[in-house]
Amino acid sequence: MDRSFINKYYPLYIESAVLTVTIGCMGIILSVIIGMLCALCRYYKIPILNAIAAAYTELSRNTPLIVQLFFLFFGLPKAGIVLSPEVCGTVGLAFLGGGYMSESFLSGLVSVKKTHLEAAASLGLNELQTMTNVVFPQAASVSAPAVCANVIFLLKETSVFSAVSLADLMYTAKDLIGMYYSTTEALTMLVIAYLIMILPVSIVFTLLERRMHRAGI
Amino acid sequence: MNEDIVIEVKGLKKVFGENVIINGIDLTVRKGETVVLIGPSGCGKSTLLRCLNGLEPIQGGSVFLHGEPVEYGKRSLNKIRQKIGMVFQDYGLFPHMTVLDNVMLAPLKVQKRPKDEVKTEAMALLERVGLGDKAKSYPSQLSGGQQQRAAIVRSLVVNPDIMLLDEITAALDPEMVHEVLNVVLDLAKNGSTMIIVTHEMAFAEAVADRVILMDGGVIVEENPPQKFFHDADTERAKKFLSTFSYSK
Ligand SMILES: Nc1ncnc2c1ncn2[C@@H]1O[C@H](COP(=O)(O)OP(=O)(O)O)[C@@H](O)[C@H]1O
Ligand SMILES: [Mg+2]
Repeated sequence: MDRSFINKYYPLYIESAVLTVTIGCMGIILSVIIGMLCALCRYYKIPILNAIAAAYTELSRNTPLIVQLFFLFFGLPKAGIVLSPEVCGTVGLAFLGGGYMSESFLSGLVSVKKTHLEAAASLGLNELQTMTNVVFPQAASVSAPAVCANVIFLLKETSVFSAVSLADLMYTAKDLIGMYYSTTEALTMLVIAYLIMILPVSIVFTLLERRMHRAGI
Repeated sequence: MNEDIVIEVKGLKKVFGENVIINGIDLTVRKGETVVLIGPSGCGKSTLLRCLNGLEPIQGGSVFLHGEPVEYGKRSLNKIRQKIGMVFQDYGLFPHMTVLDNVMLAPLKVQKRPKDEVKTEAMALLERVGLGDKAKSYPSQLSGGQQQRAAIVRSLVVNPDIMLLDEITAALDPEMVHEVLNVVLDLAKNGSTMIIVTHEMAFAEAVADRVILMDGGVIVEENPPQKFFHDADTERAKKFLSTFSYSK
């Protein structure tokens, strides 16, 4: 292992890690929003939107991210829509994640027992009050583990961003290997960079889950 | 219109697919009355209660609460439902809230009453059913009997005009049945208006002002408890009651 190589190039990793994290976070936030909206459309069986949300969920979950990115980056320009690599990465991740998040949120929503909905109704709560006081809190604790797993899954999926020439971590590592043949060092730093990004998230989620579990929710 | 009439059902008809579950039921419940509804399993007792509080669409007839129509799916329903307390067989307490929060939810969010006042009243009611020390517990930490008593308090705290109790002891272990039924007896004695569905015949006789036997989608017999349990008019009632007694 060449220490001087590592010392020399680690700032490149930090730079690309920041890019990966930024796009990853934006994509994940968008995917949470898309997922919630889709799950609500499906849960409340809103005409037309329900069908669209269901179709979208299947499409996004059953096609690889790299294919979705290729479509955005190489396909859309043929139709006159040119997106920057950053936008492609964000949109692609949000598109993929939205489907997974939609499934996770929906499974939480449908887990709320009919008795609780009827109890809320017979207490005189309206739809909105039932949603915010009865449905969401219960759904959230059921969805949480799956949503956390999705976040980690999506953070890992960011590793295909380099396919649309985003200068992310993977791109940096490949670049260094290509230029200097220092495969071991470049890949070791890559693994460490991903661990530094994802491990804390993973630990925080595990602790949160344990706390929710203890609270008996 | 008679001021005393709380609930009035006229020619109620309820159909699930091909099956006619309720086939023309008339029922009037007056203020302070306790009506016990009995009948074989599957005869539509729960369905009838659910229709009274607009949880089911109906296919004929009408339901009125204090002269106001109860109509499934209507916006006015939320208002009407505040005056109808319903307690279910499986408690239906919200698992993510403490007992006290369960009880205070409707008065705070629906009736928008001040929190201090609601809390005082909620605690007093919980004390009354012996749950004063469980206010801060979550439903999962309570026994079935305690959960059901808490559920009764939750319906009671909004001061409903009528309570609908649907087999509220059916899911309980025998030793807990009593503690729950005692609460209901206490309510009846203090003038609450109630419709109670139960399979506890001794309790039915003790609590009822009027007993109604439902079968085949209609009311088969309707009588005061002494008459109903000891000298029923119909063969159907006698046969039904005989299923509760044992002889060697
Ligand atoms: N949502 C429903 N869909 C179809 N059939 C139903 C539904 N709810 C109840 N039923 C039927 O209606 C009949 C009466 O049910 P229910 O009112 O629960 O009876 P009870 O409370 O007297 O035991 C039963 O035959 C039951 O299968
Ligand atoms: Mg029933």
